[in-house]
Parts: sequence; structure tokens; C-alpha cells
Amino acid sequence: MSAAEPIKVAELPKVAVFPMGQHIGAPAKPIVKKGDKVKVGTMIAEAGGFVSAPIFSSVSGTVLKVDTVVDASGYAKPAVYITVEGDEWEESIDRSSDLVTLKERPELTDKDIVEKIKNAGVVGMGGACFPTHVKLSPPPGSKPEWIIINAVECEPYLTADHRLMLEHADEILVGVTLLMKAMNVNKAYIGIENNKPDAIQLLTSKATQYAQNGNIEIVPLKVKYPQGGEKQLIDAVVGRQVPAPPALPVSVGAILQNVGTAYAVYEAVMKNKPLFERIVTVTGKSLAHPSNFLVRMGTPMSQLIDACGGLPEDTGKLIGGGPMMGKALVNTEVPICKGSSGVLIMNEQESKRAEAQPCIRCAKCVNACPMGLEPYLLSKLSAMQEWERAEAEDIVSCIECGSCQFTCPSHRPLLDYVRMGKSTVMGIIRARQAKN
Amino acid sequence: MSPHVHSGDSVGKNMYGVLIALIPALLCSFIFFGLGAIEVTLVSVASCVFFEWAINKYMLKNPQSTVCDGSAILTGVLLAFNLPSNLPLWIVILGALFAIGVVKMTFGGIGCNLFNPALAGRAFLLISFPVQMTTWPKPTLGFTTIADAAIDGHTGATPLALMQQAVKTGDASLLNDLPTSFEMLIGKTGGAMGEVCAIAILIGLIYMLVRRIITWHIPVSILATVAVCSGLLNWANPMYAPPVVQLASGGLMLGAVFMATDYVTSPMSKKGQIVYGVAIGFLTIVIRTWGAYPEGMSFAILIMNAFTPLINNYFKPKRFGEVKK
Repeated sequence: MSAAEPIKVAELPKVAVFPMGQHIGAPAKPIVKKGDKVKVGTMIAEAGGFVSAPIFSSVSGTVLKVDTVVDASGYAKPAVYITVEGDEWEESIDRSSDLVTLKERPELTDKDIVEKIKNAGVVGMGGACFPTHVKLSPPPGSKPEWIIINAVECEPYLTADHRLMLEHADEILVGVTLLMKAMNVNKAYIGIENNKPDAIQLLTSKATQYAQNGNIEIVPLKVKYPQGGEKQLIDAVVGRQVPAPPALPVSVGAILQNVGTAYAVYEAVMKNKPLFERIVTVTGKSLAHPSNFLVRMGTPMSQLIDACGGLPEDTGKLIGGGPMMGKALVNTEVPICKGSSGVLIMNEQESKRAEAQPCIRCAKCVNACPMGLEPYLLSKLSAMQEWERAEAEDIVSCIECGSCQFTCPSHRPLLDYVRMGKSTVMGIIRARQAKN
Repeated sequence: MSPHVHSGDSVGKNMYGVLIALIPALLCSFIFFGLGAIEVTLVSVASCVFFEWAINKYMLKNPQSTVCDGSAILTGVLLAFNLPSNLPLWIVILGALFAIGVVKMTFGGIGCNLFNPALAGRAFLLISFPVQMTTWPKPTLGFTTIADAAIDGHTGATPLALMQQAVKTGDASLLNDLPTSFEMLIGKTGGAMGEVCAIAILIGLIYMLVRRIITWHIPVSILATVAVCSGLLNWANPMYAPPVVQLASGGLMLGAVFMATDYVTSPMSKKGQIVYGVAIGFLTIVIRTWGAYPEGMSFAILIMNAFTPLINNYFKPKRFGEVKK
């Protein structure tokens, strides 16, 4: 819907709000207090641990308060509010649009790159927000063989990655070379679904400029959901299946990064620019002008929706992310964070769930499950609180893609139950490990 | 909670999809068996729907009625397909009562029954009324002269009975009395209303596969197993009927395409479905060749219905990332 819309620069907000928990892991700790002056790119919160990431101001102005905000999770979380005054950037940031490649910066070592990524607060831009420097520090003994770039738009409706590839192909490719250098691997794959022939062609034609011998290979992939799932993508690109949790992708030799992350890595390493803005798709059937925006973090979603023609009258649901895995949001004031790939507005009709009918054992959920699980069984075991059997039936392998519930002719809330069962079983497993 | 969208599929869409797939076979039965076929079908459908409605409302006191989802209509049509067109109507109603009342609703209604209701209804009637259930009128219209049609109501041995007799007597020449394979494919043989025309059933199969109502695993594994088993037997001794005859005769096509593929009573994983299909094909040939009844299809399916929970337990889909042991 918004694939043909060039990326527009969103207006600066009046007040930017920065939740402290924008990533997987420990929340960041605020290092500013009320009345402090900040510039664009000033660190306002430091990492709360190794699995964590610092947060940077995306605006210049004065710290209004350190309070809480209801974020995409629906919970009130600690946050820093900044009143915007002008647009003054930290001097260390290179604001020119000149492309800087590894040829110009041969002195960069693998450790420098990871350190810069860590200090710039880069996290996975696909939505999971796993701190990137942690992914680039694989456990000892594991041997990364390839970087795999996830350029599969994770969900229908979202077009942010697609636009980014068309408008910043060179930066992405340099980002990929940086990731390759950081991990000391000499092969990278970029997986793109073949409904984006323009992006495939552009990246393929440019890849040779940045890597020899086809060391950056563009892999066109079949369009299917959930092709953008980490494990599905590795399987599709290199034909290896990551075993059930707790195994990591690196156990089959793959380090996965989102295409947006590759871009953020480029900016962090080559331009000294911390992660404080991102591309966001704002879309919906009833929305007047679905668009892709370059948004400063902390901008309230309402501002983007207004820029698309305002909230439609028949709005039934507001989703942060895509239709299959996104979260329903409590209000339009939720700020854009590092993981906000999209805002989806669904009309009333789309938002209704049909009444659940009895399971007719048609096996469509079993056929739909990309992980080879049996959703009908797992949801029943969860409903009956049969945790041991649910664990034996590999409930923790569920990636919560929602394909089962999407396909169920009886409209059963399969994933609602499986998700509940999965988190309970994971809790049981953690408790057991803690005991031993 | 995600997902926030749905494919739009529904129980009704699948059930009515199967009903659409049954139309060619239904038309064939009307053409071959005339008014009797229409009567039996209507009575069967009406009584199935009535029993489902009544039991839901007065016995289960179920506020969410399942009559509208089309499953009772489907059971009605499938039951009728398994009956001779000249069956007394009160027997048809009795069959519907058994199928819906005993086999489906006592287990809790749609989704909960262990056995295929229509097939169990047929088996019940076959045991209770063996004479009425095995007296087929000859298919008439368009294929036979008026004089032939006049002897309505009686046939000699059906192809299946001939085949079994050939095995018992060891006289392969009996098979020469069989209708030609072409006749059997288009339905010019005696039999229950819906099972005689193999071509019409295959059209239904293709429709269901295209619409993705069912997958190929069950029908193909049954047909392939029957073809292989009967091929081997026929190769060993010509007194055993050849594969084409086995495939086109009796309820085999109807069973493989519409009965064994019943969602509720068939296994969930693809592996399980193939095991189930192979077992049905094998049992069918065994019963047809050496059993007491000439027709083995319905019993083979019912037996495997009983094994379905066990198959579900032992044949899991391949988990992603699972290492082969």
C-alpha cells in the first residue's frame, strides 16, 4: 500500500518521549535530570548491563521531566521527556551525505566496529530490538560463517525496509561490509522476497562495488509468511535449520541482522551517528495517505497519523508493528521507539474477531505451522494447564507468528492459548534451571 | 493480541466446499437412479439436519447451534451416497438417526466424534438390513434399453461379489462377466447411489484439492496402495481382479475421496495421513479378497478411524530443526 511512497522526513515533535526499555534486556538508566540541556545525539541514558543499550536524544532542548509513559507494551515505563528547542546536533556527528566506505577507513578493526555499535545504542531494527553488539559477540566456541541480512519485510503491510533499500542501497552495503569485518567472515547473504524486484536488482548491481567474488550475495526468496522469521530465513538462504531453543542461529554458523540494522551500523560506525531516528511505515486501509517516514525517536504516533491525513473515523484498532505479530496500542500518544517498524490502523470491520467454533481437526494449523508444531494440540494442552505435556510437545519452539490462528476455519484463539502456555512453560524451565 | 487479521476461512466454507465437490456425483446418481435417488438424498439430508438440530436444542441444550455450518447436510448427502436408491425411506431415517444421534452427537457433536458418522450409519444399516442394503437397482437412463430398465430392482452379482467369488472358486474366467473398465468408470454398474461413478468423484477430488479443502495425502495413499496390492495379487494369479477393476468398483473412490478425508476422524500430520491411507488401502484389499463381506472400504475406514488418535500420538509432524536420529 505504501511501497511506492518515498521516505518523507517527519516533523520534529514539540515534546519527545524516550522510554528506557526500548530493547530486549535490562532497561537503560537515565543520566539526565530536569532542566538539563541536550543536543541531537546526546546520550540521555546509559546501558543497564551487557544485554542492554544506551539511549540518545533525537532532539535538542531541555529535559522536561523524568517520569513514566505508556509504551507499546501497554505498561507505564520510566521515560525521559524533552521539550524541543531548535535542532542543534552534537558536533561529533558527520551530517554530510558523503558515502564513507571501508577503503577510506582501513584502520578500523573488528573490535572498533563492535565497540562503536555498542556505544551508538544500535539494536535489531526488525522489531525484536536485541542489542546488536550482543549478537556480534557470539558465545565462545561458536564459529560464525556468514552474515545473513534480513531484507524480507517481516509482515504484510510494512514497507519501511523496502523503501530503505531503494533509497540507501550504498549505505546498507557498506554496513554489511562492516558487519562482515566485525565478525571476520567473508560471505554475506541478503535475503529479499521476490515481490521487490527493484530492490533485488539495485542491490545486486551494486554489491560488486563493495565486495569481490560475489562475497555479498543477494538471494531472492519466495514470498511467504513468516519468511522474515530468523530461523525461516536461515533455512531459506543457506538450507540449515537452527535446532530448538536454547540453540542460537550461530550454532549453524549464521549471524542474522536486519537490513535496517545494517543501515544503522553504517551510520554509527562511519558517521558517528547514534541510533535516534528510523524509518516507520504508517498504513491502513482507511488511512487517507499511507506513508513511510524518517522519524526521530520519541515522536508520538499521533503526529505521524496526522501527517497521513488524520485518524480515520472508522478506526477499530491501532497496531504497533504489522498485522500478524504487532501489538495493539492503548492510545496514539505512544512514542516511536527503536523497534517501531510500523503503525497499522485497522478499521472496525477488520478489528472484529469472529466467534470461536469447535475444532474440526482439519489440520490446517498443523500444515500452516512453520516450526512443525501442532497448534491445535498445544492450545488444548495450555487450556488444560498440562504443562509437562506441552513442554514435551515442544511448545517453547513456537515463534508466535500467528499463522495457525490466521488459518483456523473455526476462528479459534490458538495463539492466545499457546502464548500463555509457552510463557508458563518457559517459566517452569527457568525455575528448574535455577534450582539445579 | 496478535494476529490481528484472519484468512476469512470458516467451517461453513469448508463444509459447503465439500458439498460443491459432491455435486457431479450427486447429479450422476440422479441420472442413473432417477427419482428414487432424489428421494433418498432428500430424506437423508432432512433427517440428519433435523436430528442434529433437535439433539442440540433439547438434549445438549447447546446455545450455539451447529446446524448452519453444513456438516449435518454433508453427513446426510454422504449417507445417502452409501445407500441403494430403492431403500425404504424409514430405513434411511433410521440410518440418519444412528449417524447423527449415536455416532456424532453422543460424543459431543462436531469435532468430537471418533467415527465417520455417514460410514458408521452405513455399517449399522448393512448389518441390520443386509438384504435391503445389497439389492441395487440397475443404473438406467441413457445406458440401457427400456426393456432392461423394466427389470428394475434386481441385479445379478455386483462386480465386487463376482470378484470375491472368483477368488473363492479360483475361477478367473468369472472376471470376464465384469462390466468393462470404461463402464465401471462412468458408473454403469450396480451399487450404492453415490459410489458408482468414479469419474464424477475424481472431478470432486480435483475441486477439493484446488480449493485446498483437503490435501492429497489421504486419497493418493489409499489409491496407490490399492493399485499396488491388487497389482501384485493379479500378477501372482489372474483370479484376483486387476487394479483398474478394484479402483473403479464399489465404494473405493467414494471412500478414498470423501469418506477417509473427513477432517474429524482422520489424522492431523501428513505422515500420519499417509500411514492411515496406506492402512486403509491394504485393509480394503484384504477384506475384499478374503473377508466375509464383498465390500471392504467402509470397514477399513472405520477400523482406521479407531486408530486415528494413536496415529496422532506416534506420527508427529517434523519439528523445525529436528535432528534425524
